[in-house]
Amino acid sequence: MSERLDVRKTYKLLVGGAFPRSESGRSYEVLDAKGRFLANAAQASRKDVRDAVVAARSAQRAWWSLTPYNRGQVLYRLAEMAEARAGELAEQVGRAEGTRAAEARAAVGRSIDRLVWYAGWCDKVAQVLGGQNPVAGPYFNFSVPVPSGVVGVLADQASSLEAFVDAVAAPLATGNAVVALASEARPIPAALIGEMSATSDLVPGALNVLTGRTGEVAPVLASHEDVDGLDLAGVDDGFAGELAALASETVTRVLRGADPQDRGLKRLRAFVETSTVWHTIGQ
Amino acid sequence: MSPAPLRLVVDDERAVRPRPGASVPVVESEAQLRSLLRGLAGVDAVGAEARAAKLATRSLKRETKRAAIDLALSMVDLTTLEGADTPGRVASLCAKARRPDPEEPDTPAVAAVCVYPDLVATARAHLAGSDVRVASVATAFPSGRASRAVKLLDVADAVAAGADEVDMVIDRGAFLSGRLGEVFDEVVAVREACGPAHLKVILEVGELVTYDNVRRASWLAMLAGADFIKTSTGKVAVNATLPTTLVMLEAARDFAESTGRLVGVKAAGGIRTTKEALRYLVVVNETAGSAWLDPALFRFGASSLVNDLLLQRRKQRSGAYARPDRISVD
Repeated sequence: MSERLDVRKTYKLLVGGAFPRSESGRSYEVLDAKGRFLANAAQASRKDVRDAVVAARSAQRAWWSLTPYNRGQVLYRLAEMAEARAGELAEQVGRAEGTRAAEARAAVGRSIDRLVWYAGWCDKVAQVLGGQNPVAGPYFNFSVPVPSGVVGVLADQASSLEAFVDAVAAPLATGNAVVALASEARPIPAALIGEMSATSDLVPGALNVLTGRTGEVAPVLASHEDVDGLDLAGVDDGFAGELAALASETVTRVLRGADPQDRGLKRLRAFVETSTVWHTIGQ
Repeated sequence: MSPAPLRLVVDDERAVRPRPGASVPVVESEAQLRSLLRGLAGVDAVGAEARAAKLATRSLKRETKRAAIDLALSMVDLTTLEGADTPGRVASLCAKARRPDPEEPDTPAVAAVCVYPDLVATARAHLAGSDVRVASVATAFPSGRASRAVKLLDVADAVAAGADEVDMVIDRGAFLSGRLGEVFDEVVAVREACGPAHLKVILEVGELVTYDNVRRASWLAMLAGADFIKTSTGKVAVNATLPTTLVMLEAARDFAESTGRLVGVKAAGGIRTTKEALRYLVVVNETAGSAWLDPALFRFGASSLVNDLLLQRRKQRSGAYARPDRISVD
């Protein structure tokens, strides 16, 4: 019997539900925590950012037009997919972060639980962040949280899975579409979540995952006029300031310093806006 | 700061050089027209597609790209051909034609506004005092299925209302069943009915089936006096494609060389992005030569293309990708 050939995997981008290599044709080597070669990953360029934002913009309408309950089901299905591939995720998290197997498995477990938690929030955000306002007249006045639109996420550099899941699931739960840039040195767990999202009935383009050089891609994402929100979790303070300045040109909502361990609603609140609706009282 | 105009660094080897004493042949009979069109060399379909695909890989950068975007904008026939068109819609389209991007005052105006004949007067009124021309489709657009008398009335109506350019459709049924004389006579008759207005002849390449037919129909239209040959109505499944436009540009170039008369080409339908538009410009330059890089000889029939050109233009200026909903949606 002949020996099997190696089937080596190059991690691709996730843009609009497809898995393209970078438009630039570039890739880069991903090393494990000890500096050994792990895999090649696509190195996104500015044009990949452009394509991802276009995909996100058109997907956002479709994603937001689903019922909140349905969005919750889709995020729960993403958790199901992750659960089924938990072993693969744990191996990649362990190699990327240099943690022991048990620790990596625990991190994967927490990430999946976090997905389920956000899935549950989809049809509860409106009750908690919205409400009925008292008015002096024969009508109702409601405040309804609506998504900002397209949210750019610069994922945490150290926590390859847990922080990534937290940062992308929150805006998805509130009806935003996401363009996420994975950790530069540890992109593989994020790329795996992207792969799983393609089989969890997520609207193609609602989640886009880019891998590449943060210093190159982040300013393009921050300055893109069609990005409505920006999560700067994965960049240091100085760079975050520069990016926030770029984002301010178009009044992009910016979230800085959100802690993935924080069990509060900071991330859910970050990318919603309040729409006020008047309605007559029926007889 | 306005970008330098597109210019060639070296001599244009492809520049059209009419033969001495060249003139348009006088067509006297259907038999003569038939033998003339049959005498045209067949199109190498694989070669045309490969050439178009090869040219589509050319990349324009920086100043060239900026100049090409402005050129493409100035070549657009901003078009609205919907049953739901209203005078208000035409008015807003005219405002956009005159000043496509009010936030960037140096944005060039488009070449023309293209409407149905009953809205020509509206467009005329709203374009008064500008260089933007009014184009009108006529001759029972888009199918062309009406009697000749009705078609000519349609044309006369558009011209009387003030159309500078008339877009007619050929009778594809007659062309495909070999009644070339009929098609020719109709173009000649419409040409006369146009008077001073420019005549664009729509071949509807999506219905002509082969590149050979596209080349023959192009020649037929040019021989009959077309000022422009236009790919399609935009109302059928297959509209302008790069290879068919290449074939038509070759026809225009060959026609110019053998007759001395320059005929324009208009690519219409399905061109939505700047990237596609720039590919067309490359094909124009490489096929017919730089003389055709002019709104007088090359046009885009489009509506949504303008918005993408404006977005890319802003991107070239500011460096940041622009937001589509900051530009008027029409």
